[in-house]
Amino acid sequence: MTLDRIKRGQRCRILSLPSESIRAQALRFGIAEGEIVTCSEVIPGGPVIISKNHQEIAIGRGLARQIEVEGSI
Amino acid sequence: MTHGCCTGVKIDVPEGGKRIVLAGNPNTGKSVFFNHFTGIYVDVSNYPGTTLDISWGRYGSDVIIDTPGVYGISSFNDEERIARDIILSADLVLNVVSAVHLERDLFLTQQIIDTGVPVIVALNMIDDARRMGIEVDVERLSQLLGVPVIPTVAVKRKGFERLKAELYTARPGHVTPGVEKELNPLINRVGNRGEALLILEGDPVIAARYNLEPGTRQEEIYRRRRERVNAIYQQVVRETSRGASMAVTLGRLMIKPLTGIPILLLTLWAMYKAIGIFIAGTVVGFTEETIMQGMYEPAVRHFVEQFIPQSSIPGTILIGEFGLLTMTVTYLLGLLMPLVVGFYFFLSLFEDSGYLPRIATLVDRLLNSIGLNGRGVIPIILGFGCVTMATITTRLLSSERERKIAIFLLGLTIPCSAQLGVIAGMLATLGPHYLALYALVIFSVLVMAGTLLATLLPGKSADLFIDLPPLRLPRIDNVLKKTFTKSFHFLREAAPLFALGALLISTFQVTGILEFLQNLLAPLTVGWLNLPREAATAFIMGIVRRDFGAAGLTELALSPLQTIVALITITLFVPCIASVLVIFKERTKKEALLIWGSSWIAAFLVGGLVAQLARLFSPGSGKTQVLPVILFFIAFTLIVVVTCNLLRRTRTTSSITEQGYKSR
Repeated sequence: MTLDRIKRGQRCRILSLPSESIRAQALRFGIAEGEIVTCSEVIPGGPVIISKNHQEIAIGRGLARQIEVEGSI
Repeated sequence: MTHGCCTGVKIDVPEGGKRIVLAGNPNTGKSVFFNHFTGIYVDVSNYPGTTLDISWGRYGSDVIIDTPGVYGISSFNDEERIARDIILSADLVLNVVSAVHLERDLFLTQQIIDTGVPVIVALNMIDDARRMGIEVDVERLSQLLGVPVIPTVAVKRKGFERLKAELYTARPGHVTPGVEKELNPLINRVGNRGEALLILEGDPVIAARYNLEPGTRQEEIYRRRRERVNAIYQQVVRETSRGASMAVTLGRLMIKPLTGIPILLLTLWAMYKAIGIFIAGTVVGFTEETIMQGMYEPAVRHFVEQFIPQSSIPGTILIGEFGLLTMTVTYLLGLLMPLVVGFYFFLSLFEDSGYLPRIATLVDRLLNSIGLNGRGVIPIILGFGCVTMATITTRLLSSERERKIAIFLLGLTIPCSAQLGVIAGMLATLGPHYLALYALVIFSVLVMAGTLLATLLPGKSADLFIDLPPLRLPRIDNVLKKTFTKSFHFLREAAPLFALGALLISTFQVTGILEFLQNLLAPLTVGWLNLPREAATAFIMGIVRRDFGAAGLTELALSPLQTIVALITITLFVPCIASVLVIFKERTKKEALLIWGSSWIAAFLVGGLVAQLARLFSPGSGKTQVLPVILFFIAFTLIVVVTCNLLRRTRTTSSITEQGYKSR
């Protein structure tokens, strides 16, 4: 499924990120393809907030729609 | 040392002195280190082509240079480009990392180590980390990185003595596996290891310096670096407990719409009280009227008149109604400066506390519909202070498309504080239904213009992708420093434009062009807007300064409806001459002219529409009907939004565009 379909509190594995620049930026933030993250908040219709350890990242809905994840981990 | 060729800022390093560079992620407390090491003798200079400042100061016989907080170095944005250039020219890097965010921060640390420069790490905020149940094995971290690591608590100056004592034990660390081998052939051609690394990582700017093709290994190297950092993190960090702190809970409340919107409204209300009431009223009353108009202007007039009479042409230009020495100076220092300082103070407060990225997250969805992402909220809020300042700030938006949209919306629909003051005064006497009409029409124009631009402009705006740093109490010295640097730069950049604007308008006045335009506009004012002929003068004055235009209306005898029509028209009318000059500077001539021209059209179209509709809905001599006009605008906006959404949907299915960061 894609990241925009995730629910608050759910854990998931990032399978793919859409573009090279997004992948590079995500790697700096500490998130790579294959990484397991937790969804800490979903703004209705808006960004999805994912966290890993103490790092939190807000991802716009349009981008979340292009991120493939594997849920129910 | 032969460095410094490419840093863009001239920094004097004494003979034999070292360039010590402070580097770190945003919000690591870097500035406290800088202030502590350099003391009060600090030089600040603007980095060419950006709104960013570089500070440096002496430390013994060496120089310490500060860099903007970044997550990594390459060419993603201005901050990174500057940090990159300065770090590449360093003899020694003092890297400040936050113990709370070690996993994120070590990426930059490892990238700096990979450039081969001697590094010493200050592991900051260990007290915060301990409170959050994070224990870091400092010895092990130092072994794994291959560089000294000193634990510190910057705000309490803890660990600083040890850091000073061991600063020069900084040494090159352990490089990301595999990078060494790939670097060797490039180092021979480039001669500088750090630059070779960035070329390998595909940095287009550095590659161009050597006429080389940027490498394609970025992702691979980043991935290996990230793996190495994660492995280090696993070995050195032990989490003992994990309770949600107050800050975490409040941070959540700020981004959930149900609680976040009231918090935002409360914040904006506090901002309005502080800036709209206190600064715009009390402070400006003193600075503009008492000091500038009461003391400065008469003095400068008296002085100039000793040489040239005020009625002569040079007299008019220097000390006349729009005089270079009178109006420009009064406007800049008496009116604009207090307001700009106030707005930047709040912006710095939001930034330093970590609230700003949360506002961006909260409003992201709303701004998406007008082609911006959450970060677009920054220029829009600033626009209510000064549209000129906000237009310059659009540089922080990540794509050209977003800048286009933001600048157009700022120019068209956002009334600046000077104008808002006059408008609020005129609206106050009219009653709430007229206030609703005014606010709704302006808001619907904003929504329609944004939606249309988002649909018609090619490409796709960048999606929000930001780090949410932990909330913290803002450090007041930090906030003040940011406020004054930003305000100073704005005034330095805008002052010549305001002067040029005043010069242009004085020329128009002396040559009679101003009068000609007023006559040209009159039929439109009378026939289409149903306003008295003299209102044309107010609009023309609006070309100079928006509040001049609005103020010009207070002298006319207008019915409530006429007042609203005039206010709507003047709000949507062209931005003040300084803003227009900034737009010309920031954008292409064609685009700037387009924005200016469409502001004329939009202002008269919408103003006239309100006037004509109100006449249509109010038969006979009865009371003016406001509600039907409001309903009409709501319906019209809905139609535009729905149509645009349909258009967009058909387009996205046919082409999916790659979004990305600007790589200017």
